[in-house]
Amino acid sequence: MDSLYRLKPYFRRHRWLLAAGFVAVLLSNVFEVLVPLIIREAVDGLQEGATMRDFFGYGAMVVGVTALSGIFSFITRQTIIVASRKMEYELRNDFYAHLQTLSISFYNNTTTGDLMAHTTNDINQVRNFLGPGIMYSTSTFIRFVIILAIMLSINPVLTLLALLPLPLISVIVFYIGRIVHKKTIRIQEQFSNITSRAQENLSGIRVIKAFTREQFEIDQFKNLGEEYYRRNMGLIRTQSLTRPVLYLLVGISLIIVLWYGGLSVIDGRMTLGDVTAMMIYLGMLIWPMIAFGWVFNIIQRAAASMGRLNKIFDKQPDIIDGPETDHSIKDLHGNITFKNVSFSYPGAYEPALKNIKLDIPAGKTVGVIGFTGSGKSTLVSLIPRLYDIADGEILIDGKPIKKIPISTLRSHIGYVPQETFLFSESIRENIAFGQNGTEKHLVERVADIAHLSGDVDDFPKKFDTIIGERGITLSGGQKQRASLARALARDPKILILDDAFSAVDTYTEESILSRLRDEIRERTTFLISHRISTVKQADVIIVLDNGVIVERGTHEELVEHGGIYASLHQKQLLEKELDEM
Amino acid sequence: MAMHDDEILGKAYDASLMRRLLSYLKPYRTYVVAAIVLNILFAAMGPLRPYLTKIAIDDYIIPGDHTGLMMIIGILFGLLILQGFLQYVMSLVTEWIGQKAIFDLRMQVFKHLQKLSLRFFDKNPIGRLVTRTTNDVESLNDMFSSGVVTIFSDIFVIFWILIFMFFMSWELSLVTLTVLPFLFYATWVFRRKARDAYRQVRKHLARLNAFLQEHISGTIVLQIFSREKKAREQFERINSEYRDAYMHSIFYHAVFYPVVELISAVAIGLIIWYGGGNVVQGALTIGILISFIQYTEMFFRPIRDLAEKYNIMQTAMASSERIFKLLDDTSIIPDPGTSVPLDTVEGEVEYRNVWFAYNSDEYVLRDVSFHVNPGETVALVGATGAGKTSIINLMTRFYDIRKGEILVDGIDIRSVRKADLRNHIAIVLQDVFLFSGDIKNNITLGDDSITMDRVREVCAAVGADKFIERLPNGYDESVKERGATLSVGQKQLLSFARALAVDPKILILDEATSSVDTETEILIQKAIQRLLKGRTSIVIAHRLSTIQRADKIIVMHKGRIREIGKHHELLAQQGIYYRLYQLQYKDQIEAQTNGVVEKNSSL
Repeated sequence: MDSLYRLKPYFRRHRWLLAAGFVAVLLSNVFEVLVPLIIREAVDGLQEGATMRDFFGYGAMVVGVTALSGIFSFITRQTIIVASRKMEYELRNDFYAHLQTLSISFYNNTTTGDLMAHTTNDINQVRNFLGPGIMYSTSTFIRFVIILAIMLSINPVLTLLALLPLPLISVIVFYIGRIVHKKTIRIQEQFSNITSRAQENLSGIRVIKAFTREQFEIDQFKNLGEEYYRRNMGLIRTQSLTRPVLYLLVGISLIIVLWYGGLSVIDGRMTLGDVTAMMIYLGMLIWPMIAFGWVFNIIQRAAASMGRLNKIFDKQPDIIDGPETDHSIKDLHGNITFKNVSFSYPGAYEPALKNIKLDIPAGKTVGVIGFTGSGKSTLVSLIPRLYDIADGEILIDGKPIKKIPISTLRSHIGYVPQETFLFSESIRENIAFGQNGTEKHLVERVADIAHLSGDVDDFPKKFDTIIGERGITLSGGQKQRASLARALARDPKILILDDAFSAVDTYTEESILSRLRDEIRERTTFLISHRISTVKQADVIIVLDNGVIVERGTHEELVEHGGIYASLHQKQLLEKELDEM
Repeated sequence: MAMHDDEILGKAYDASLMRRLLSYLKPYRTYVVAAIVLNILFAAMGPLRPYLTKIAIDDYIIPGDHTGLMMIIGILFGLLILQGFLQYVMSLVTEWIGQKAIFDLRMQVFKHLQKLSLRFFDKNPIGRLVTRTTNDVESLNDMFSSGVVTIFSDIFVIFWILIFMFFMSWELSLVTLTVLPFLFYATWVFRRKARDAYRQVRKHLARLNAFLQEHISGTIVLQIFSREKKAREQFERINSEYRDAYMHSIFYHAVFYPVVELISAVAIGLIIWYGGGNVVQGALTIGILISFIQYTEMFFRPIRDLAEKYNIMQTAMASSERIFKLLDDTSIIPDPGTSVPLDTVEGEVEYRNVWFAYNSDEYVLRDVSFHVNPGETVALVGATGAGKTSIINLMTRFYDIRKGEILVDGIDIRSVRKADLRNHIAIVLQDVFLFSGDIKNNITLGDDSITMDRVREVCAAVGADKFIERLPNGYDESVKERGATLSVGQKQLLSFARALAVDPKILILDEATSSVDTETEILIQKAIQRLLKGRTSIVIAHRLSTIQRADKIIVMHKGRIREIGKHHELLAQQGIYYRLYQLQYKDQIEAQTNGVVEKNSSL
């Protein structure tokens, strides 16, 4: 239950709306409980010779009182439920804002699916408590107290007799609610077993077909389906019992009223109107009794969900500006130095980078070559501080990067990540990407350099074409070129191209590179590639192997040297030759 | 992100869809009839109670008849028990029918999926197919168990109430029912408004989810480009649109429920006014008046709930339409009408002028012809995209060829049943696909005719026994998450054992390129030798040792066979093979001599 304390500030923000809601709940119930009293008067009037005019009066009063109660019930929903939606909105905003602050190491260990579940299901459970949970619990409580008072004033003995079975309803609803919840979870588990089985089966359909295992798979699936059926039937048995038992208890109450009340009327101790009112009141108490049990479950579930949300809220962002940050640093030139940098991913046995020493003067271009997993991407990801290092130091313009404010650091870097990630927005927005006041021609200029303009011209809405909409998808190469344009649009001092041409054909790459050469003259540039042709013209080329720089030099020097680089060069010549055959 | 067809809702009732859906109830028709009968009986019980109350008041309480009152109380109590019992049985039976029908439908969908050809799977994303077998079938469950049945029982309840009311006083009934048009109108307006509002809610929820999905995956990009603030603003906008959409639907609920209460109050007011006057004049009894007040309550609930039923039906119709569309898909590679039996094969394979394309006219294989004698090994080599994978895909009829013939022992593979053909062929793919389950099951793939001894034997033969026996549970060790706990090499050995276990005449092997340590590499090479021995083998070769041992090397280039021959012959030609050899295989000699194992050649 403690987990729900975090919601306090949200409640506080909407306290007036909620207070209004509570007043409305009270008034709505006050008017509603008057109806049986009016009916009582009418029924008694039947035996005491009331006139047509009296009955019209009673009828009109029933309508009038219900109308008043309705107005307040409208206000209740418009305050409490509305407040709950507002709190949900704020909670979700806060949650998302928090997610944004967490670093890449958090995302490496958490699946998007889990986070989605938190932002939808868990927040939903909490809202269920904030809205219906609170509305029904207060309404129920108020109604129960008022009705109990009235019933006691009509006839205390009958009231006690009639109410005897009712607390059982709350207890039963609470316990059944728990059983149902448990069984539902077991059903959901089995449902996800079925889902994963179907997923696995369809992913492995080749193997299944090749080994003619279809029948076996069908049998397996059938077993899962049968278990699912069994679990469902288990729940159904409980649920099928619930309603009859509830109705039975309510029915017994009503029969008690009719029995004891009937005898009292015959003996002249009560009027027929009293008995009628009692019966109607009992009917009005059923829902509150059910709601009591139900609300308890809602609170429990909300507490569990909030607990899960709190776990994430409590995660501290680890890469942030700290006390050592020097906020006077506003400009960077791009002289990058790696001083004996070693780096291990959390939980990994082997370091991903070992003792890296690099000094790149501002404006120079570095080519990085190496096998898959040799540490190329890791190396460049340290520059914008996606990870913090434990050993060694990275300096920009002689300043340790931990001293540079993160926003300053990153705003000077144009990064083209290995995995292109574009958003479902217009191409223009994707390229400008948050650059305020970006001139129209800037987007077009960088798109031109990235060799994207020609492709964009073929789209119906040119640069305003929304990616992913109406089946407009970009090819891998187009995406990479858009990603390159996005990095260039920032006019960065440091440009990082992590395998940025892998999906671009060699011819296009060649022409992009030749345009880029003018662009990068003023920028410190990292070119990561597996193609010699990409890095050939770099000022210096380094070859990484198992996290260690094993070769460095210019293209000519490295070819001469006869190491990994030279053999790669040889192979790529052969490949070209083959392709032309 | 755009909405896809899974979110579009149409009408709530479609006669032909409904007919087809109801056909799933056929096997249980006796129970369906029983459920309907129970329903009619049960529906009468509720409305009977106010009537008995009326009798109690008029005939016993007012005249002062103690014994009569006790009798009526006894009847009411008996009725209550009976009602509870009927309700229990009824709910059990209807839910059971629903579960059974759903189970049948799900199995049908799954079985159908097993039959569809790979061409179908190439076109349809797996996620969507999974949704068909799971969520879509599930939403039909709601319809079977709560939708249709409760609509029926609500209609019966209303029917019985009307009978009792008219039996007691048709005049008062007519007066009371004057409010009905207003109730229907209110419900109708609410249903429409609420549906529109809810549609908006769903639309905005889908947007919210799409935004989150995308921006959570792309958080790092946002961070690199310091664009968090703008994304946050966008999120707040989308989130507020979602909130406002909900506010709309709250408004309709907030209006609707009080309005229904008000209409019901008007009905009660009318009963008191008109009925009260008549009671005083002696035209009606007090009991009738009180029971009418009770009937009003009973009458309103089912009509009010109609709106909710409508939604269930609508979702169910949309789901069933998608399911039936899948069931009606016939992209199945058919077995021949009259098949040639293929009990035993020698293993002779011939491709005769084979042309093949995945899509319309983009041929990936052009006029491919080659011949493999029983027991021979052919190695397929070539650059990526040369057509090697397509050649092996055709052998098991994953796809059918466009032109030409593929023959096994001189028999066209299209004239035998697919299962008969595949029983003689084993495939080892590059990406080893492991199923959740234990090691043993991943070797037998659930084939009970493969004994435990046989499993041990084949594992020993491919050298997988050592590592398996080192596992805590040996052959019973469970394989988690597609074999995440096993190394790449171990997974390969398992897939070799899997192929060897069926002892195929023809073996298709797509050698994995991933790098493994020296010790494992030696194990794998030995296992491959063992695997190829004594059977016709077609191998997409990445290992020098495999190529050197092959009886024939087929060099594929751009969809055609360009060179065929033995290793040294082809080298001497100084053609494509010569270059491929230098590119892909030559390093392996150096690696072998240096004792260092070659890295994955693709960087």
